[in-house]
Amino acid sequence: MKKIMILNLYPDEMNIYGDSGNVLTLTRRLQWHGYDSEVIFFHPGDIFPNDVDLVIGGGGQDSGQKKISNDLIRIAPNLKGLADSGVPMLMICGLFQLFGHRFVTENGTEIKGIGIFDAETIAKDKRLIGNIVIETDFGKVIGYENHSGQTFLKNGQKPFGTIIKGEGNNTDDRTEGARTNNVFGSYLHGSLLPKNPVFADYLIKTAVQKKFGKTSALKKLDESISARARESAESRPR
Amino acid sequence: MIRQTSRLRGGSGSALPGLIVEKMYPHFLEDMLAQLPDGVVIVTGTNGKTTTTKVITGALEILGKKVLTNPSGSNFTRGIVSTVINNVSLGGKLDHDIAVLELDEAYAVQFIKRVKPRYALALNVMRDQLDRFGEVDATARLIEQVITSTTKFVVVNADDPHLVAATKHTKAAVFYYGVDASLRPQFPTDDELLAKLEKKPIKQNNELLVKLKAYSHNTPTFLVDKKAYVEPFKIQGGYNYQNIAGAFALIKLIIPSADNDEIIESLAKVKPAFGRGEIIQYNGKHIQIVLVKNPAGFRQALNTHEENEDVFIAINDDYPDGRDVSWLWDVDFTALKSNGVAMLSGTRAYDMALRLRYEEVPAYHVIRNISSALDQYFSNTKQSQLKIYATYTAMLAIRNYLVGNKDLGESS
Repeated sequence: MKKIMILNLYPDEMNIYGDSGNVLTLTRRLQWHGYDSEVIFFHPGDIFPNDVDLVIGGGGQDSGQKKISNDLIRIAPNLKGLADSGVPMLMICGLFQLFGHRFVTENGTEIKGIGIFDAETIAKDKRLIGNIVIETDFGKVIGYENHSGQTFLKNGQKPFGTIIKGEGNNTDDRTEGARTNNVFGSYLHGSLLPKNPVFADYLIKTAVQKKFGKTSALKKLDESISARARESAESRPR
Repeated sequence: MIRQTSRLRGGSGSALPGLIVEKMYPHFLEDMLAQLPDGVVIVTGTNGKTTTTKVITGALEILGKKVLTNPSGSNFTRGIVSTVINNVSLGGKLDHDIAVLELDEAYAVQFIKRVKPRYALALNVMRDQLDRFGEVDATARLIEQVITSTTKFVVVNADDPHLVAATKHTKAAVFYYGVDASLRPQFPTDDELLAKLEKKPIKQNNELLVKLKAYSHNTPTFLVDKKAYVEPFKIQGGYNYQNIAGAFALIKLIIPSADNDEIIESLAKVKPAFGRGEIIQYNGKHIQIVLVKNPAGFRQALNTHEENEDVFIAINDDYPDGRDVSWLWDVDFTALKSNGVAMLSGTRAYDMALRLRYEEVPAYHVIRNISSALDQYFSNTKQSQLKIYATYTAMLAIRNYLVGNKDLGESS
């Protein structure tokens, strides 16, 4: 069976708020679409694998971010190479922040990022917490945000979406996340992918086409449960 | 005067009389609690506070202490003021020996600014309702403040590295409890909960005052003073026995003259708290309600799943439940794969359905409204055993449907 290799960045340090659901969603949907998959759990110090079709990363606490930041800089050339070649990636919360230029924490220390996104993040007093709905290239995307870092996009950096409900990147500009080529950053937990299957399938389709060339369209899966989950999530208070 | 104030509401645990007394008598709480000859015990941690507080209170009472405790759900300072008001004499005297208080981490930090506990028991630090506290590390720092302000004895779970580190600055004597190395994989710490590689070895250099050596579904074996103590308990579940090891250690420190047999016998007699593994008979069915509020607790509760029972899961996302349901993706539901789940309910029933779909666990019915879901379930089932996993407000609604407002744990 045709196999897609998923690289899961720093699962021990960057796994807060159920972001592991994104990896499960990709592997299951690949299986339902008729593809095999393998998840490579990437830890600090590991050798960067050659065969990578999709990259996933999650949120973490400040302490987790500090632990992995040097290692992330070590593998930055590999990640940038993949990003330039169009490999789909999804970075949530903490790793989204470190895919920008830098993250200035609460006590003023600076954690360097890898600059795939032209953005920077500053920790603020106010935590942005609650249900969030955004408009994206893939329709409405629904999730839950919980962050004190506020991210500011620079020089025409494209966001992932614009806010319908909630705060997103910061309290000022109504943007959410970032997109460069097929690299996506977002603050949305939930987990993000299970309730947003159109976006999940975009990542899968991109990975499959890049690896196997032109392929037929993905199968239509039964989305009745995710549709109901989206309705409930959208109807709940912030 | 104080008692009259409380009669305004006649209430247990309500905040209003507390508010009034606090205005008229700002040092009320400090002065009242200072009368207790055995001082104040704070029970804190993410999971198991309510059950552990009930066990300590119940056992101390059997051992002859008069105990002041706060009803679950009023574990904030003003709720404790109300508890004191309801118990104080007209002359302003408390005739209790000791107070055993369950305190949410954030409220505990407020409380210790006013009253220094003589004893503290710290159970665990797990990711939980992070929309309220922020992060696990922040929660650990709150517990560290409680431990640091404790004056005499601190009892800490030796298997939780966050808590062991939190004892650094306390002047109180620190004692540890823990589980046997053979049981360690069943009690993952927060850091291990999602680690994909092999479990890191946990340091256990500390001498344990009480160790959970083994357990069956209702009988733990504790190792104390190099001797094994085996006793059938009213409360079930390995996670409860882990916490009860801490309760055992704490009671040894509070009543040094009590012998270990006496202590375990009194611990064993205490019944489960409201909705925490509580068993209810309803229309000839044997129903157990288990409160779930975070990945560690849900995962441990699923360890008790039996093949011959139906499963009903109710997930609400009101404020006391935590608005964020992302944590459901951190729970391993594979234990439910073979039998499936009879009914899903609650405001976020479809998030739960989605979670199970991706785990390939069959879910047979989904009805968001809890009463309708229970109606439908009971009209269709032939099964005599049911286990209900529910978040806080869902648990309250289910209990209300099954038994009204009765607190079965106290009345029988």
